[in-house]
Amino acid sequence: MTVAMGRADTPLPADVDVAVIGGGIMGLGLAYHLALLSGGKGKPPLSIAVIERSYLVSGASGRNGGGVRMQWGDAGNVRLMMDSIELCKDLAQQLGINLWFRQGGYLFLARTEAGERRLERNVQLHGEVGAPTRLLTAAEAQAIVPQLDVAEVRLATFNPEDGVVFPWAFVWGYAAKAVERGVVLRTHTSVVRVEPLAQGFALHLHTGEVVRARRVVNATGAWSGALNRQLGIDLPNRPHRHEILSSEPLKPFLDPLVVDLSSGLYFSQSTRGELVTGISLPDAPDGSDESLTLHSSLRFLTHLSATLTRLMPITAAMKVLRQWVGPYDVSPDGDAIVGPSPGHPDFIQVCGFTGHGFMMAPAVGRLLARWLALGEAHPMLARWSPGRFAAGGVARREDMIIG
Amino acid sequence: MTARTFVCRCEDVTLTEIERAIAAGLIDVEEIKRYTGLGTGPCQGKECLSALGRLLVARNLIAPAALRPFTARPPVEPVTFAALAAGATEHPEEPSP
Repeated sequence: MTVAMGRADTPLPADVDVAVIGGGIMGLGLAYHLALLSGGKGKPPLSIAVIERSYLVSGASGRNGGGVRMQWGDAGNVRLMMDSIELCKDLAQQLGINLWFRQGGYLFLARTEAGERRLERNVQLHGEVGAPTRLLTAAEAQAIVPQLDVAEVRLATFNPEDGVVFPWAFVWGYAAKAVERGVVLRTHTSVVRVEPLAQGFALHLHTGEVVRARRVVNATGAWSGALNRQLGIDLPNRPHRHEILSSEPLKPFLDPLVVDLSSGLYFSQSTRGELVTGISLPDAPDGSDESLTLHSSLRFLTHLSATLTRLMPITAAMKVLRQWVGPYDVSPDGDAIVGPSPGHPDFIQVCGFTGHGFMMAPAVGRLLARWLALGEAHPMLARWSPGRFAAGGVARREDMIIG
Repeated sequence: MTARTFVCRCEDVTLTEIERAIAAGLIDVEEIKRYTGLGTGPCQGKECLSALGRLLVARNLIAPAALRPFTARPPVEPVTFAALAAGATEHPEEPSP
């Protein structure tokens, strides 16, 4: 029997312990892990509701490239992603769905001296933390991807544990298992007003319904600012549109996800056979703010194609099938914004992942559920505190944000 | 029609898989597309979208007037990277740090 999930008419209880706003991978992964812990160790079961404005995977969780990597520039992020990748290894069995998880590695290419220094630093750091990243010459990089033109490549790194997933299946998997464990999942329903109560919050829905929640989780990513402003919560994360495309499907020919540090170009072959690729795109020449608009641009297609065909000439004959847009939720210091909100400790942020939330979600869902259900602290939670900006913020620690 | 009837021939999506999506409560073309992969292959839904719409209407899951196609994704037809690269107005950026 298929579990019913994500309906516009799912009955919502009047009172819940935890209401998660946003049915993306963060909200659903958290709900799944909370449901796993609920009622454990002599604690009463938690009632959990997830409320999604549109359909599941409608936001960034359904629009990202599906890359999953340990190759970060900061030890905290490397450790977090080692946890996430470890979790991915048997998650398909746990969720009962094919996640199309394929560990073909990530190949980073440096074409400048500065890029070279970043990769050397990464390999040193990854060795200390225990991630199996190694330095490669241009020729060694070409041995992994023979179709690359490495004339300009000065240095490369490769980590065979990195990989790709198919994002949609991931989200459906968390949703189905969360519902199976008692999470109430309501889609096609907007939260129009958040009203603080003496204990918790009343969520006023566009349908006229009201749900009271002891704690509320804002897992709406790039759309989180509007909800926060209602409560006077002033956080500096901002949406930024990112374009991406996929090609016609081909039989497997490309093992790793390749990143060119200089241009921000990345490309991988999904298990479906498509080349999935994006690039850092300079802001629109007219300076217009299109941060939350999701229309595709020709400028992206031509800019990406020119860069890709230069680095990987064989792609010239491949055909682009479809392009789309998804929003990054950009935090000014590159670190996520997770935890109690300033002034509203029971309104919990899970935002600001700056374009890399999907890959972190397996680890984040688990550590955040442990904190919410068991009070267990994780070192990243102190670092991700939404309160850090009031104190003037912290310096950027991470320079391996791509796109 | 049999359980092995293919609705989306690009992505091999069968009627059975669509029935499973509907059983899971998914009745919007956008969510059925993302649950089954229907319409994401080379023809981009030119064959299967109308069949899906017809099915949803026949089941009274949506009123005909409320039926909308899923978002169209450019390009209309597959185009080579070479042709698109030739249309670049600026040269690929010089390497930056």
